[in-house]
Amino acid sequence: MRWEEESGIFPFCPSLGMQQSKGLPRGGGTDQESPADTFDGQDQVPAEETGQFRYDDPWYDALASGWGESAEEGEHAHALVPPARGESGTGPAAADVYLEVQRSAAFQEVRRRYRRFVVPAFVAFFAWYVGYVVAATTVPELMARPVAGAVNVAMVAGLGQFLSTFLLTWAYARHARLRRDRAALQLRWDTQELTRGVGGGRP
Amino acid sequence: MTGEHQTLALLLFSAFIAVTLGITTWVSRNRRGSAEEFYAGGRLFSPMENGFAIAGDYMSAASFLGVTGLIALFGYDGLLYVVGFLVAWLVVLFLVAELVRNCGRFTLADVVASRMRERPVRIAVGSASVTVSVLYLVAQMVGAGSLVALLLGGTSDAARSWTVIGVGALMVIYVSLGGMRATTWIQIVKAVLLLGGTVALTVLVLMRFHGDVDRLLLTAAERSGHGEAFLAPGLKYGGDWTARFDFVSLGLALVLGTAGLPHILSRFYTVPTARAARRSVVWAVALIGGFYLMTIVLGFGAAAILGPDAVRGSNAAGNTAVPLLALDLGGGAGSTGGTVLFAIVAAIAFATILAVVAGITLASSASVAHDLHASLRRRGRKPRSEVAVARMAAVGVGVVAIALGLLAQDLNVAFLVGLAFAVAASANLPVLLYSLFWRGFTTRGAVWAVYGGLVPAVVLVVLSPVVSGGPDSLFPGLDFQYFPLQNPGLVSIPLGFLAGWLGTVTSAEVADEAKHAETEVRSLTGAGAA
Repeated sequence: MRWEEESGIFPFCPSLGMQQSKGLPRGGGTDQESPADTFDGQDQVPAEETGQFRYDDPWYDALASGWGESAEEGEHAHALVPPARGESGTGPAAADVYLEVQRSAAFQEVRRRYRRFVVPAFVAFFAWYVGYVVAATTVPELMARPVAGAVNVAMVAGLGQFLSTFLLTWAYARHARLRRDRAALQLRWDTQELTRGVGGGRP
Repeated sequence: MTGEHQTLALLLFSAFIAVTLGITTWVSRNRRGSAEEFYAGGRLFSPMENGFAIAGDYMSAASFLGVTGLIALFGYDGLLYVVGFLVAWLVVLFLVAELVRNCGRFTLADVVASRMRERPVRIAVGSASVTVSVLYLVAQMVGAGSLVALLLGGTSDAARSWTVIGVGALMVIYVSLGGMRATTWIQIVKAVLLLGGTVALTVLVLMRFHGDVDRLLLTAAERSGHGEAFLAPGLKYGGDWTARFDFVSLGLALVLGTAGLPHILSRFYTVPTARAARRSVVWAVALIGGFYLMTIVLGFGAAAILGPDAVRGSNAAGNTAVPLLALDLGGGAGSTGGTVLFAIVAAIAFATILAVVAGITLASSASVAHDLHASLRRRGRKPRSEVAVARMAAVGVGVVAIALGLLAQDLNVAFLVGLAFAVAASANLPVLLYSLFWRGFTTRGAVWAVYGGLVPAVVLVVLSPVVSGGPDSLFPGLDFQYFPLQNPGLVSIPLGFLAGWLGTVTSAEVADEAKHAETEVRSLTGAGAA
């Protein structure tokens, strides 16, 4: 349910929204009743600050049942074991969470977007730079060919390196801001809630 | 160099030292000594502040004085060298900055060790980081000694030795008392001073030529005595094939090494999120790119206004091109304007060296305390003692750097910066990229990747012409030169990647899929980030 609702915050990327139903596996039907609102980041701050476990918090019920554990078990465990926070590696349960998140469609979409920008851009600028250095050292005659006034091919290529670096920096930052940031932030909160939810679930 | 220069420059040096010591005491008041505070400055710097600090960490005196001198003497080949320094930031931005911010806490080893058996990996990566830092640090210390001697005219050995000791003592004070917070503010102050000075000089150069860059270039080419060849590649790196391969090797080391420099990586931990880390790199690229564009103008300006003979006459390597240019732009020797500009440039160069050495000292003390000491000590101590260890490590690194700086001060150590980049690219980058992106990477692969890059890089330099077998070598009397290139990157970087792959495919250990999932999810989303 939480993953389906995400489509609401991705007005700009319908593909991610559409794939939500194939996202993290949802447990039984119990989470259907849960009113948990995963998008309200403020909701979890007070829960953390109080330092105790809010049994009435729909979050925990939804998560515990969502991950194949009965609500009672989850609550019991929470009462005994403090939840894992911040640092990861809280045991096999937390490891399962990361595996599940890694397999989720939402995460794979973020990863795909990252790679589809970074891989071609890296190959392009690296080839352009190596080509520039090799050309400057092997065919200086070509590089010395005048273009206009005192400016020759080598000058144009050198300034082109500066320009391409600035442009790629701008393009990467824009791509990340528009295409990855919100989805990644959403995954971050969800993953952290899940690790906290199950971290103590299997002591 | 008259006495007026010296007095004014010394006054400005003292003012900078007073301001930075003031910053150090100011930021270290009322701070609890947590590791978060000491290594990462509380992680609450803004992207703009961190961008300036990254630029301050990266723009060393070698760029400000060395690169402009190189352009003034060799024209286009100096520019060729500059391009690598900037393009390197794309590797940092695309592959490293955000992911490292998300996965690690204080050091490079944090990122790798989270997936592997911690102890061997931390020891390997920590040793490589300390090696890179010490190489870089010694180069800067020796540079500081000769620079101050050069600028102040005091060429006596005693003056240089005391400069090295003074710089070392100051960096230890900044780092051990102020930690990352003081170091960051010192970088910011230095970056602003350096950029301000560079902008002023660039404007003066362009005004001299009425904004006509074409005429600036033509005048530079004409006065250089090389004609149009001055504006094309080949004057420095265009000799025999060894020289050309050497430059390709250096270019690779520059582009791939920046992403493995420990003091650059540790800067990303001073901001709260990966997004802030990305935005600080964007700031840094803008500042560094602008700075290098201006150094190109200054370099050709020095060639056009002073002429290469005057530059070479003052310092054979061209390191005094910018101070001499400042003297001329201010009205020439003996004029008030020239005196003031010269002193300002000298003070900026000094501030640059101090800030850079402080940044590197902090990063290496973090590697010593957080990686090496934490792996080798007995378990069960509180984090508080780690900060104490880090402070002591800063003192230790300072003492080692001072000692090596004093021992090496008569040697030509310019190659050390290139070597530091080559070791960073061969030992740190392969292990970092493999552990971020390769599902099957194992502990043995990680350890082999580090040593498989580190050992060849160091051994090849020992066997290279910079150590023996030539008139400019460290030991001109000996000859055990078997490797032709000065920079080992062309061979040692592929070896680092190869060793990591080989170690992984030959290890019996199966990579932990869950740990890889954790690294991948955390690196791209920031879940569980410190």
